[in-house]
Amino acid sequence: MNYTFDFTPIFLNWPLLANGAWATVCISAISMALGLACGVILTALRMAPVKALRAMAIGYIELVRNTPFLVQVFFIYFGMPELGLRMNAMEAAVLAMTLNCSAYVAEIVRSGVESIRKGQIEAGRALGLSTVDVYRFIVFRPAIRAVYPSLCSQFILMMLNTSLVASISAQELTYAAQMIDNQTFRSFEVYFVLGVIYLILSQLFSVGLRLVGRAYFSYGPAADRDPTAHARDLAHEYVTRS
Amino acid sequence: MTHPALPASAIRMSGVDKWFGKMQVLRGIDLTANKGEHLVLCGPSGSGKSTLIRCINALEEIQAGLIAVNGNPLGRKGANADHIRRDVGMVFQQFNLFPHLTVLQNCMLAPRRIHRISEAEARDKALHFLAQVHIAEHGHKYPAQLSGGQQQRVAIARALCMGPQIMLFDEPTSALDPEMVKEVLDTMIGLADQGITMICVTHEMGFARAVAHRVIFMDKGEIIESAAPTEFFGAPQQERTRAFLSQILNH
Repeated sequence: MNYTFDFTPIFLNWPLLANGAWATVCISAISMALGLACGVILTALRMAPVKALRAMAIGYIELVRNTPFLVQVFFIYFGMPELGLRMNAMEAAVLAMTLNCSAYVAEIVRSGVESIRKGQIEAGRALGLSTVDVYRFIVFRPAIRAVYPSLCSQFILMMLNTSLVASISAQELTYAAQMIDNQTFRSFEVYFVLGVIYLILSQLFSVGLRLVGRAYFSYGPAADRDPTAHARDLAHEYVTRS
Repeated sequence: MTHPALPASAIRMSGVDKWFGKMQVLRGIDLTANKGEHLVLCGPSGSGKSTLIRCINALEEIQAGLIAVNGNPLGRKGANADHIRRDVGMVFQQFNLFPHLTVLQNCMLAPRRIHRISEAEARDKALHFLAQVHIAEHGHKYPAQLSGGQQQRVAIARALCMGPQIMLFDEPTSALDPEMVKEVLDTMIGLADQGITMICVTHEMGFARAVAHRVIFMDKGEIIESAAPTEFFGAPQQERTRAFLSQILNH
């Protein structure tokens, strides 16, 4: 092997990579927040007493979870303008990631809601609280806590998936790396460094999410949980990761 | 439309049937509780006593019969349920405190959301009732930091914060370690002195003797016998009641 490694062209282009990394962080963070919000709404629809709403939510979730993310990105960026919905690449990227994320979040959150003991809901009902209040004030936080590890791994997975939006020229980290590769032909070095940066980003997100969780779930041990829920979480984790 | 000569009934059930699928768990229940009356429900497990009180605040749906609380009939499919639940407090076997809220927040949530009172007012009210159950000093703690007996007393205070005229107790001491039973029963005896209508599912016969106006024995979904405690324990009329009492009092 007479290839000589040369990382200098990559380090010379560090502003490109830094901007790309920052864009990746932004796209990810915005999509996580929006995806969580939409996912919770989707969960509510998924569990609504009206059959038509449930059917709509299930249809949406299955559609998103059973088509490739890249196809969804293309559909939104290239397909939607035909219907008059024109977006720039960044907007399309955030929209695609939010829609994608919400479907996965909805399934995770639902398993969290189902893990809450019935007695919690009954106690709220017995106090006279409305169904919406029961879910909002009593079920929500323990349910999110119950599935927080799954949610975090889903978020990390999503952050890594941002690399796919380079394909519609959204100027994030992978796109920046491709540009450097095109200019320097240092493919090994470029993609090696790219991988390292993603690794660092996912560690940072992981730590950040853990800190958020620690602050939000600072109350005592989870005595509210159905004892079988843990096994179900593990099963879910297994399914979402594979 | 109650007759003026009759004491107003807090709870009236007539001809109540309840099915879980193909299994009938309540059969033609007729039961009236007058305002301020204390009833104790007892019977073997599976006799339908918990189901009966859960029907009163519409946690369970009934298939036949009528239930009225303070003269308000409970509609089918839980219509009117939210209205009735505001007058009816409930204490559960498993406490069912909200784990992510402090003791104070547990007590303040429903009054704030339903009565729309200010945070300060809700806090005062919560502290008042927490003091009544001798637990005000733990207001800032989370439920998991309390013992079972303390949690159950918080659950009682939480229900009282809504100002209920009726309290339902569903085996409130069955999940407690023996040394904590007394503190909860003492709290309930204290409540009984305040004129609240109480229906209590329990096997604590000492409590029944001390507090109940009537003890009601259920078996297989039916009310078998209903009598004042002295008669109920001294001279039970029904064979099934005698058999049950000999089992639970014989040691």
